Amino acid sequence: MSGQNPVVQTYSPREFHRQAHDALGNPQIRANFRKAMDGLMAKRSESFDDWDLETLRELGANIRLRALAKLPDLLERLEANCEANGIKVHWAEDGEQACRIIREICESHDARSVIKGKSMVSEEMHLNAHLEEAGIEALESDLGEYLVQLNQQTPSHIIMPAIHLNTDEISEILHDKTGTERTRDVDYMTAAARAQLRERFMAADVGVSGVNFAVAETGTLCLVENEGNGRMTTTVPPVHVAVTGIEKVVEHLRDVPPLYSLLTRSATGQHVTTYFNMISSPRKDGEHDGPREVHLVLVDSGRSRIYQDDELLDTLRCIRCGACMNHCPVYTRVGGHTYGTTYPGPIGSILSPHLMGLDDTKDLPTASSLCGACGEVCPVKIPIPDLLVRLRRESVGEGRGNVAGAGVKRTRKEAAAWKGFQWLATHPFAWRAGTSVAGKLRALTPGKLGAWTDYRTAPKPAGTTLHALVKRHQANRSEQAGKSHEEERR
Amino acid sequence: MSARNAILKRLRERLDGPLSAPESDFAVVTNRGWSQEERLARFARWIGSVHGEVVHADAARWTETLAKVLADKGVRRLALGKEHPVAAEARDALVDSGVALVDVARDIEQWQREQFESVDAGLTSTRGAIAETGSLWLWPSPDEPRLISLVPPLHIAVLDADTVEDTFFDVVERHGWASGMPTNALLISGPSKTADIEQTLAYGVHGPRELVVIVRHAGESPGVTR
Repeated sequence: MSGQNPVVQTYSPREFHRQAHDALGNPQIRANFRKAMDGLMAKRSESFDDWDLETLRELGANIRLRALAKLPDLLERLEANCEANGIKVHWAEDGEQACRIIREICESHDARSVIKGKSMVSEEMHLNAHLEEAGIEALESDLGEYLVQLNQQTPSHIIMPAIHLNTDEISEILHDKTGTERTRDVDYMTAAARAQLRERFMAADVGVSGVNFAVAETGTLCLVENEGNGRMTTTVPPVHVAVTGIEKVVEHLRDVPPLYSLLTRSATGQHVTTYFNMISSPRKDGEHDGPREVHLVLVDSGRSRIYQDDELLDTLRCIRCGACMNHCPVYTRVGGHTYGTTYPGPIGSILSPHLMGLDDTKDLPTASSLCGACGEVCPVKIPIPDLLVRLRRESVGEGRGNVAGAGVKRTRKEAAAWKGFQWLATHPFAWRAGTSVAGKLRALTPGKLGAWTDYRTAPKPAGTTLHALVKRHQANRSEQAGKSHEEERR
Repeated sequence: MSARNAILKRLRERLDGPLSAPESDFAVVTNRGWSQEERLARFARWIGSVHGEVVHADAARWTETLAKVLADKGVRRLALGKEHPVAAEARDALVDSGVALVDVARDIEQWQREQFESVDAGLTSTRGAIAETGSLWLWPSPDEPRLISLVPPLHIAVLDADTVEDTFFDVVERHGWASGMPTNALLISGPSKTADIEQTLAYGVHGPRELVVIVRHAGESPGVTR
C-alpha cells in the first residue's frame, strides 16, 4: 500500500466465491494466515500436553449443555443477582434494539466518546456505526481492533482481529493515521498505541465491553484478556456497558474455571491469559475507582430461534475460542474477510445463517471439505461438520425448514435429477440398462461440467461397470474352483 | 410484550420440548496433590514463563527486598495503600528511602492524570495464587483500588508462600467465592501483553510492562533460594 490510503474494502457473504477467488490469488494474505494458523495449531496442542483433554472437553460440553438446558431460569437468576448487585440489566430482541439501548445510555450521560474493549456481539450489531450516526465516537482499544479500525476494516478473526496484516502493513497504517515513524520495531509501535489510547481512556465518557461468561449464581461478568484494555474499559470511564448474547450465561461460579482453561488453550495456546477480570457491581461507597454505573445488555438476535431445535441448539454451546478457524483448511487459505460475516470460519458458517438468514449466507455451509478438524478441536464438542450438513440440507429445502431462508438453493432441475437418481438406484433392471448405455456412450461425455471442471478434468464413466466386473470375477473363480475340485478327485 | 418477556417466553415454550440438564464431574480440574514446595515451584515457573519476575524473601525482612526492587527498577514514585499490613509495613520501611509514597485512597477523579503519568510503580497485596497457571489472586479494596495494579508501568505484588493453591477451581471452592463476590475480582498472570502485530509478543501494551512478585516465606523454608 506504500504511503497511499488503502482502498476501503467491504465484504459480503453473498460474494463468497468471488472473495475466495481474490483471496486465493493474494500471496500476502495466504502467507499471513498460513504462518499464523500453523503457529496457533502447534501452540494449542502443546498447551494441552499435561491434560486429560478428552475429559476436560467432556466437562466443558457438559457445563454448556447444563447452562442451555436451564437457560430461561438462569437468565432470570442472572438478572435478579445483577440487579441486587447494582448492575442494570437490559434485554434486546435484536442488534438494532441493543444499539438503541446503548445509545440511550450514552445520551443520558451526554456522552460524546465511547471507548471499547473487544466485543464480537458489538461487531455483529454494528454498534460503532450506530453510535457514529448519533454523533458519538466509538474507539476500539484492543490493539488488533484499533489497527483494523484505523484501517477502516473489520476483524478477520474473532480472537486476533488484525491477523491478516503483517508488520510492514501495520507500520504503514500507524504511520498514515497517527504519524508514527515507519519501523519494524513491534515494541515501538505497541508503545505508540499505548500512549495514544491512554489519552482516550482518560477522556472516555462510557466504556463498552463484551462478556466471556456471565455467572447466574453471583451476577458476575467475566472478561478474558491479555492487554489490560478490557480492565481499562471497565474501570476508567464513569459508565460501563457490557453487551452479550443470551447464551453466554453459566450456572455456577465453579463452572467458570474449566471453561476458562479450555478457552485460553484452545484460542491461543496460552495456559492462562494475563487478566481474568470478574465484575460483580459498580463502584460501592468508599471505593475509589471503577464506574459508578454498570449496565448489562442481553441480546437475542436469532439465538432463541436456534434454541428451538435439538440439533441446532449445539451451536449455542460455543465459547468463541476460534480454534475451529485456526484448524480449518478452508479458513487458512481464504482468510477471515472472505466469509463476509462477523464470525468467519466453521463457527461462522454454522452461526451466520441463523443471524442473517440462508438467503445471504447460502454458500457458507458449503465452504468446507467436511474434513472434521473443527469438530475434533472444539473445546465444547460442537459437532460442527454435522451442523454444516444440516444447513446444507436446509438450504436445498430437505431439512425441517426452521432456518430463515431454508430452501433458498433448491432448484427444480436439481431436485428432479436427484428424484430420477433415487428411482434408478432402487430399480435394478433400469439401473443396469442405464449404466451399460452410459458405458457404451462414454466417449460422448462433455469436457466441461460446470465448476467441477474449473480445476479438474471431467470424469468419464467406465467402459465396464463395477457390477459387471465383479460378476465376471466371480464366474472365473467358480470355474477355477470347479477345476481344482476335479483335479483332487483324480 | 417487553423484549425480556418475549425472549423468555420463546425459550420456555421450546418447540422440541424441555431439555434435561446433565450433572458435572469436576475431578479433572482439582485434586492435584502437590506439596507446598511443588506448588511454589510451579507458580514461579509459570509466571516466569510469561515474563513475571519472582523474588523470594523472609517474611520478617521482606521490605528490604522491596527496597532493593525499587532501587533496581529506578522507582521514584510508588503508589500504595495505608491500612493493609503490606502497605503499612512498606510505608514504615521506606520513610527515609527517597522514594515518594503516593496515596491511592483518593477518588480517581481527583488524580487521574497524575496516576496515569507520574507514578512509576503500584504496590499491592494478594489474597493468594494458583500453582497450575502461575496466577495471582487479587480482590481490590478501598485501600487498594483496581487501577494500581493496572495503570503504573510496574506492578509489585506481595504474595505469602503458604497461600498458593493448586488450581483456579480450588481457589473458587475453598475460599467460598460464590457466597460473596467483591466489586472486582482479578487473576493476574504476568505483565500486560499483546501479540496483535504479526504474532510478535510485546509487553506493556495497556497495563504494566513489568510485574514483580515478592514471595514472603514465614520462618526458614529450605530449598528456596532467597
